[in-house]
Amino acid sequence: MNTRRSGLAPRTFMLLLMAYLLLPLLATGLYAFAENWQNTLLPEAWTFSWFGEMFKDIRFLEALWTSLYLCLITVVLSLAVMLPAVFVITVYFPRWESFMKGIVVLPYAVPGVVAAVGLIRAYSSGPLNISGTAYLLVGAYFVVILPYMYQGIRNSLLSVSAVELLNAAELLGASRRSAFVNVILPNIWPGVIVSALLSFSVLFGEFVLTNMLVGGHIQTIQVYLYRRVGESGHLASAIAISYFVFILLLSALLMRLGTLGKR
Amino acid sequence: MKKMKQRQRGVILALLPFVLMVLAFQVVPLLSMLTGSFRREDGTGFTLGNYLHAVQSAYYMQAIKNSLLISVSSSVIGIAAGLLCAYCITRFTPAVRDRLLMLSNMTSNFAGVPLAFAYIILLGNNGVFTLLFKQWGWSVFSDFNLYSWSGLILVYVYFQIPLALLLLYPAFYGIREQWKEAAALLGAGSWQFWRTVGLPVLSPAIFGTLGILFANAMGAYATAYALVGGNYNLLAVRIGSLVAGDVVTQPQMGSTLAVLLALSTLLAVYLNQRMVRLTEGFVSKSPRKRLWRREASAGVRTAALEEAGQ
Repeated sequence: MNTRRSGLAPRTFMLLLMAYLLLPLLATGLYAFAENWQNTLLPEAWTFSWFGEMFKDIRFLEALWTSLYLCLITVVLSLAVMLPAVFVITVYFPRWESFMKGIVVLPYAVPGVVAAVGLIRAYSSGPLNISGTAYLLVGAYFVVILPYMYQGIRNSLLSVSAVELLNAAELLGASRRSAFVNVILPNIWPGVIVSALLSFSVLFGEFVLTNMLVGGHIQTIQVYLYRRVGESGHLASAIAISYFVFILLLSALLMRLGTLGKR
Repeated sequence: MKKMKQRQRGVILALLPFVLMVLAFQVVPLLSMLTGSFRREDGTGFTLGNYLHAVQSAYYMQAIKNSLLISVSSSVIGIAAGLLCAYCITRFTPAVRDRLLMLSNMTSNFAGVPLAFAYIILLGNNGVFTLLFKQWGWSVFSDFNLYSWSGLILVYVYFQIPLALLLLYPAFYGIREQWKEAAALLGAGSWQFWRTVGLPVLSPAIFGTLGILFANAMGAYATAYALVGGNYNLLAVRIGSLVAGDVVTQPQMGSTLAVLLALSTLLAVYLNQRMVRLTEGFVSKSPRKRLWRREASAGVRTAALEEAGQ
């Protein structure tokens, strides 16, 4: 029975790991609340003023708003496009699934910087000149969250046995469409919400595509943060910490939903 | 007959937007990049000149070499630390284990620009620790420069370890207690067990994870961009400045380097997929469940991947 008891060595190593991982976070947090912090182990004086300044900065609020609505639009668009498509593929063409897996794995085998090169080349001239616009960015974002949405929707469909449900609904006289809307959708909704939130948090942290595709025209929170780093360290810390807390709350919500879904 | 037709129309309507989106924003850009890499500087004709130029130019070769070196080193360090921690984490009770994993995953949200920034606060030129060490006279650290090779490694390893831990620890549950007992009964020591049984069983997971970590580091842009900007010659940053730089852009050359970068990451992810299939062969207790867990972890994995790769 001793095997489940953690010895001294595992504890030491995990403690070291946690120190390594949490130290930068902790320092950013302290820096955000420090009035000044030089030559001492801990800051000498504390203040909330950096956070106050952050909310007074109109550019910050604008960037936050831009991030929120760009992410929201993309996630909603993705839901509208992916729900019917994944449903049809899972139910009618299960043979295509390996092909789909290939398409879906591509976004994470292709780094953001490479995707940006292709997008810039394809859309900066010719009939569809949408370079630097939000349309291009939303399209790029759509591909970024493709794996999460596909995987999430597909897993939800499989775990509620969508095909059997559908057959049962049809036997009882429902049309395919009404079976999808009234039977399948309500059943897969919890899982779909989880992948939508996950996608949202991924997009919220997106930097490379945003910076390369529309960096000069549209400022999201990440681009804004990058611009501010050089100016005031304390203010940038306050922003970084707020961003992190927001993402943390989002993932806490995700986890709660995930465990609720399992029950 | 009419119903069949209607159904067909419904199926097409459901698939069409998806196909269009994938074509427009995934397939076409990649093809455009591929053809672009074979175009002359003025954007016409067909040439292998860009690739030749990339190979002959000391500048681009240095970027490739730096990126490869930093990716391999940070992946190997990440794997080593990840293995150690993954083993340690299986020694805790499930409740503690889950909490530790949660903490480690939480930090993977802290990637890209904010991460680079945190390190600048801590160890940059005017970083808190830099000044403290100077004051305390710890000269060991005076050579350390965050904006160079050693600093980059430190930051890259930071986002590699949680990912390695997450991908590796399930594999440790494939090693049964009975095997250890059997080995002990046959007279094998703990070291001998790990060398002859444990590590070989883990090796597909190790190599697979190595592939993911390598691709992750090769594609990492935000962290490097925010930390060293143009001062350190890395492939991803180089591509970025060739295509969307402030000075004159060279889309053809950018495409060429991007194709080379994509080839390396595609290869690494392909390796991972092969290894995952291999692992499924002999670790799984119930294959279905394993698969699910892998897919779940694939989700988190991508989360970390994307964030690091920004």
